[in-house]
Amino acid sequence: MSTTFAHRGPARPAPVPGAHVLADCWTMTRRELAHWARQPVQVLVGLVFPVMLLLMFGYLVGGGRGVTGDYLDYLVPGMLALTMAFGLEGTMLAVTRDLDKGVIDRFRAMPMADGAVLVGRATADMLQSVLGLAALTGVGLALGWRVHNGITAFFGAVGLLLLFRFAMLWIGIHLALVAGKPELVQAVQILVWPVGFLSNAFAAPDSMPGWLGTAVQWNPMSRTATAVRDLLGGPGGEAGHVWAAVVWPLALLAVFFPLAVRRFGRLNG
Amino acid sequence: MAETAITVEGVRKKYGGAPALDGLDLVVRRGTVHGVLGPNGAGKTTLVRILSTLVRPDGGRAEVAGHDVVKGARQVRFRIGLLGQHAALDEELGGFQNLEMFGRLHRMGARGARRRAAELLVRFGLEDTGRKAVRQYSGGMRRRLDLAASLITEPEVLFLDEPTTGLDPRGRAEVWSAVRSLVGGGTTVLLTTQYLEEADQLSDRISVVDHGRVIADGTAGELKARIGGDRIDVVLRDGGLLGAARSLWPLPGDEVSVDVDRRLLSAPVTDRMAALSGVVRALEAAGIEAEDIALRRPTLDEVFLHLTGADRNVKEAA
Repeated sequence: MSTTFAHRGPARPAPVPGAHVLADCWTMTRRELAHWARQPVQVLVGLVFPVMLLLMFGYLVGGGRGVTGDYLDYLVPGMLALTMAFGLEGTMLAVTRDLDKGVIDRFRAMPMADGAVLVGRATADMLQSVLGLAALTGVGLALGWRVHNGITAFFGAVGLLLLFRFAMLWIGIHLALVAGKPELVQAVQILVWPVGFLSNAFAAPDSMPGWLGTAVQWNPMSRTATAVRDLLGGPGGEAGHVWAAVVWPLALLAVFFPLAVRRFGRLNG
Repeated sequence: MAETAITVEGVRKKYGGAPALDGLDLVVRRGTVHGVLGPNGAGKTTLVRILSTLVRPDGGRAEVAGHDVVKGARQVRFRIGLLGQHAALDEELGGFQNLEMFGRLHRMGARGARRRAAELLVRFGLEDTGRKAVRQYSGGMRRRLDLAASLITEPEVLFLDEPTTGLDPRGRAEVWSAVRSLVGGGTTVLLTTQYLEEADQLSDRISVVDHGRVIADGTAGELKARIGGDRIDVVLRDGGLLGAARSLWPLPGDEVSVDVDRRLLSAPVTDRMAALSGVVRALEAAGIEAEDIALRRPTLDEVFLHLTGADRNVKEAA
């Protein structure tokens, strides 16, 4: 039995700094995928929720104020952007759960690559967002929504949506590290709703009171939705606004990516 | 290879203005078990978190397995295992998945990690539950898996932060036997505990910590000599005879404590068996009936009372 535990001492290969970064990031991504396999229902619920919203707004609420043209063509891009914004919650919850369980401590006391924990989180969340976009697009197409400007424009739109999601991801990680506990996340979660709904996802800003319309137009989510509508040829798209859907997420990333990384490094404070 | 596995020199750490560690010094020899004994809030956990690179010290210096815990943090992480107070496991994953993941992060490779995971599950009697989510484990099983995870690398230095707090006696015995078998393999163990009994059972040397400093240091035998060794508790049938019973001990006032509510006398003993038979005979001779007589280790409170004396009482009153 003692041989099982005898430490190998100097025979252990010397650690090479920076070498196993990819391996560690993959291990952490694998972990998230294993969570999916363990809890397929949760993943499914995550995919069904935006579809439900789409059906509710498409058929129950039925038509947004100030929207001319086919409402589905207006609504689907809005819902795609909203799904990306709501991804923030999932990111925050996952990060705070890890912090709360102490498993982060074990990771941090291991010789793993710096940031592999965050990269694993980011990769898994982006993968889930791709699935979310696919589910919503599929249901949208089944309902009669159509992409008018061809496949290249479609993938351009997907790129913009994922860029926006990537910015939300790092905001989520940062807020989770600041909040610390899952209970506090619930408070922040509530804030996601006004941000999501104070946008042009469901209704045109022109139809709103002046100041509200302005706020809605400045919402980064609205910029992404407008650009996606433009690319896909639906109502509510404004030509030449793609740049805003690129610049806004990049600006958010420039702020929150370093903040999140620094905050994670400060866990040893 | 150096003789010392852990060197701590004047380490300080403050949390929100209050010092958790206040110039702590410690030396642990390679291949030994060192007990760090102290009450809640003494700084034990902060010490373990600094030594395992989770927290940076504000001042002072600490070396583990030959590397500085700040400058050589990564080197230290290759050589340590950590069992914290709370299970550091992925609760959603199974036992095997947890161990395999930690093995991969320790550069064992996919195959090596799987082999090591299977090996440890067998070693800790968890092979049948390896697929179940840790969330569904019992407290004892979780603790064993956590211990297995901290041994994934066959560490040079293992930190155990109150490893048996909250475990039932069986779980406690399991952890103790695991620690003993480790030491046979040459691992250095730093163990924190609130239980004198535990430090006594497992440690070669013990440091008593209070208010972020080491206030006493030595082998269990040396410390016991300083704190007066074991005690005998006598519960009388008739509380009215406490005074008479007290006079059987020719010891100065504060050496023998009298608890009127519980009809209890407590006195220090040097020779356990002689004291037991002596007390029984003396009580019989005096015609005093005892309800219960027991020998026991001093409690942590009594140890601290001896080591810090009135000083502590004054501080706590303040």
